[in-house]
Amino acid sequence: MEMFVALKVIWAVLLGVLLTGLAVMVGMDMGVGSMLRFVGRNDAERRVALNIIGPHWDGNQVWFILGGGAIFAAFPTLYATSFSVFYVVMILLLFSMIMRPVAFEYRSKVPGDKWRGTWDWAFLISGALPMIIYGAAFGNVMEGVGFHYSWTGQYFQDESFLSYLLNPFAVMCGVLSLALSLYQGGTMLMLRGEEPIYGRARGFAIGGALVAALLFAAGGFWIAHLNGYAFSAPVDPNMPPTPLTGQSVVVQPGAWMNNYHRYPVLWVLPALGLLGMLGGAAMAALRKPIIGWWLGAIAWIGVIFTTGASMFPFLMPSSSNPDQSLTVWNATGSEYNLGWMLFFALLFTPIIIAYTSWCFYVMRGKVRIGDITKNTHGY
Amino acid sequence: MPLIDPSVVDLSRMQFALTALYHFLFVPLTLGMTFILAAMETVYVITGKAIYKEMTQFWGKLFGINFAIGVATGLTMEFEFGTNWSMFSHFVGDVFGTPLAIEGLMAFFMESTFVGLMFFGWDRLSKPGHLAITYLTALGSNLSALWILIANGFMQNPQGASFDPVTMRMQFTSFLGLVFSPDAQAKFVHTSIAGFVAGAMFIMGISAFYLLRRQHVALAARSFRMAALFGVISSMAVVTLGDALGRLDYLVQPTKIAAIEGLWQDSNAHSTVAAAPWLLFALPNDATQSNSFEIGVPYLLTPLVTHSENQVIPGLITQERMAGPRILDGIKAVNALQAFGARHDAADLAAFQASEGNMGYGFLAQRNAPNQDLKLITPANQDAIVAQTERDIVPNVFVTFWSFRLMMFLGFYFVALFAFASYYSLRNELMKHPWLLKATMWSIPLPIMATEFGWITAEAGRQPWSVFGWLPTFQAASSHPVGYMIFSLIGFALLYSSFIAAELYLMFKFARLGPQPHHDAPEEPGMSPMFARAAE
Ligand code: HDD
Ligand code: HEM
Ligand code: HEM
Repeated sequence: MEMFVALKVIWAVLLGVLLTGLAVMVGMDMGVGSMLRFVGRNDAERRVALNIIGPHWDGNQVWFILGGGAIFAAFPTLYATSFSVFYVVMILLLFSMIMRPVAFEYRSKVPGDKWRGTWDWAFLISGALPMIIYGAAFGNVMEGVGFHYSWTGQYFQDESFLSYLLNPFAVMCGVLSLALSLYQGGTMLMLRGEEPIYGRARGFAIGGALVAALLFAAGGFWIAHLNGYAFSAPVDPNMPPTPLTGQSVVVQPGAWMNNYHRYPVLWVLPALGLLGMLGGAAMAALRKPIIGWWLGAIAWIGVIFTTGASMFPFLMPSSSNPDQSLTVWNATGSEYNLGWMLFFALLFTPIIIAYTSWCFYVMRGKVRIGDITKNTHGY
Repeated sequence: MPLIDPSVVDLSRMQFALTALYHFLFVPLTLGMTFILAAMETVYVITGKAIYKEMTQFWGKLFGINFAIGVATGLTMEFEFGTNWSMFSHFVGDVFGTPLAIEGLMAFFMESTFVGLMFFGWDRLSKPGHLAITYLTALGSNLSALWILIANGFMQNPQGASFDPVTMRMQFTSFLGLVFSPDAQAKFVHTSIAGFVAGAMFIMGISAFYLLRRQHVALAARSFRMAALFGVISSMAVVTLGDALGRLDYLVQPTKIAAIEGLWQDSNAHSTVAAAPWLLFALPNDATQSNSFEIGVPYLLTPLVTHSENQVIPGLITQERMAGPRILDGIKAVNALQAFGARHDAADLAAFQASEGNMGYGFLAQRNAPNQDLKLITPANQDAIVAQTERDIVPNVFVTFWSFRLMMFLGFYFVALFAFASYYSLRNELMKHPWLLKATMWSIPLPIMATEFGWITAEAGRQPWSVFGWLPTFQAASSHPVGYMIFSLIGFALLYSSFIAAELYLMFKFARLGPQPHHDAPEEPGMSPMFARAAE
């Protein structure tokens, strides 16, 4: 394989890894945020839940920031197009997300039900909405997005934002993503919380995992009949990365199943997803939150890589001008850039994983109601 | 190709400018305070005196209030390149995105992971362990400044990439060229140290408030002295490094330096040597292209800017004239590029490459062309179009000139203030000079304002370019309907103003409250710590 093609494929896989890391780590915190008002029935209980993820949410959020930065660098055209084409949705995501850091830091600094109650609502919105939008973005991308490019590479939008907000398939993907985050957050609260939070979180974990399994299976059948995209003439994976020329694409019902027909081994991925969800529900029921948490991560791997495998090499197909669809072959950065980025990713990822794990290790153990009234450095 | 609706471009500029300026209200304190916290904690670890731990924790709490909004508004920045500057992102993403990604890997992960331990880890880490965490947080935040400024440096002086006519974008060619761009490095040190000035002033100002009221004197006097010494060094460094930045502008962004100095005519226009005055006060008029009023120090401009006695600084009007041929050539370049894109003909490519260096000027001419189509430029109408485009290369001189002056005047003021403060603090005579304490207290917001003025100088002075010399700002935006922009602007206005209200409320509350002997946050307002304990 040519070096450039290899780099393109590696970065496509790394894109999946990043999106998974983001979903697991940020999803966990957002799940806790969404269920905060329900797992904590009074202020002290809510503070316990917040302090469980308190030392880690900011570090976890960097997965999200890095996701943005890495897509910008490794898939510049994808970044430029997707963020703009989904403008209204992206801005809603942003508005809900930026409440979260402020809510963490400010909520418990002032007593009073009104103040804290307001921030608790902020947690609900800034947890649930981003997860729904995150999932819905996958759904929208699979259905194809209306855009085309002028000769300079400037994108133009061909579809109103309402079609992205109100797309039933995308909404289903959004709920799936929310359910997974509740499952992930639930297991985390079980890990470091005690009764009564433990029991309520367990309910969310089991429920989230089961709903996710149901929706994931339903999604599979839906996709089999959905319009997919396929090349109508062979493309050169080594092509210069530009969507302006070099490929012809057709829309076909069921085309998203092509890769599975061609390489049946790929069925492992959806199986992994279902295993993560059903196994996770069982583990939460059996009060084994550690295994449950890891199965949640596996569920996300399953879901995201199932989607990726079904679309590969498409990243964001264009419904209004399919020939200009963005793919792994035409939307990446240059070979030089992908090489440097890979170097930095290989250099820093182990370091990051090491100190993040160390942080979780330092903060291990149960968080108790007694601790938080004594410790004023917390939330 | 139709151009983007000019009002959408203006609204996008406004949104970016407001959100970036807002982000930068909080960043300088993070950059500076983390290092001062680390210094205080170092003293604690070495001497074992509890008061230094108390200082670290008290200032740390105020730091946390500031930090939260820094993080929230930083998220916005990361999004906005894609949501509002899609052509920009497409055009330079291959090289500009890389420092942003590395920033995430190298800096944000470190800062954000350790800041959690910094707040939560007091009882779980050894003393040196916690100190190390504080240093890592400080290092992380300053590394994030390094990488973001490498990205910004590329927009000011694109280095390390070249334009590729096949993919229609700048492609990364030299990592070292990007990272060691003199612009980026000079901006990094100037900006980071400006943050130290802001952090020092913040701590010194609040300490002055306590000293004036004779509260928490032990903590306040120590904090005051550390901050004053920190500040005196930093403020002198900022001024020196600022001078270096000005000289760089002279070398690579001649329009910006001329705008900064309000220089319409060449610096040797009125004499045989470059004797132009250095203006202290002037009213630049962008419409008439002259200053309606000026007071300056004769002869000083040339040595200040060029570090030589007789190098000429070209004035803006000369620069406009010199741009004429580049614009004509640039029009050829863009037309050849478009033809090459359509037909992939080697002759078009050769024609493009002959004029490639002027491509940006061709893009700049587009909005003045008939129907905004460069192909419709003929020998008959070209002179008028070129003349119009020549004037477009000049940034807004009034804004650039004055934002620079304000930053600079403030810089000299800070040097003086920190010098007095250090002197009297070292002599233990602070209490005898309440005027100094009051001046310090009221100066808390000034360094942050100086950094804002600095950014306005840098970014407004870069106009009309998004990527200097390559991509005009009006080409760089996303092609949105106006409604989208109104939607997002209203949302930002609502959210950001409630954030700042909450932040100021908490800042004032906790600063007034002062350090708490046992670090117990009062559960009820007005309750003494003893009471809170009993109530448990
Ligand atoms: C406490 C804040 C502060 C103070 C006192 C100063 N500066 Fe500054 N300045 C900044 C904070 C700042 C900044 C916010 O950090 C900027 C914005 C962009 C940048 O790189 O740094 C900046 C930018 C900036 C630029 C524009 C750089 C560009 O082309 O992009 C110049 C020429 C100077 N400064 C020069 C000076 C001089 C000569 C000063 C004093 C006499 C001075 N600055 C004091
Ligand atoms: C000179 C310009 C900038 C500097 C020095 C700077 C520095 C910083 C610092 C020190 C922080 C830590 C949080 C805080 O502010 O308290 C931060 C947060 C952040 N900044 Fe900026 N920033 C700048 C501009 C930008 C821009 C243009 C972007 C967009 C790419 C950006 C993206 C972010 C993000 C995503 C965060 C949140 C990080 C976290 O979760 O810890 N910043 N920035
Ligand atoms: C945080 C400090 C910063 C402030 C206060 C700031 C301020 C501004 C302002 C005032 C503008 C509008 C200029 C105009 O249209 O007249 C602008 C534009 C812009 N700045 Fe900055 N800036 C900052 C940092 C950065 C950094 C670090 C980057 C890049 C990494 C950056 C990238 C841009 C871009 C892409 C635009 C829009 C397009 C353009 O006008 O060229 N800014 N900024």
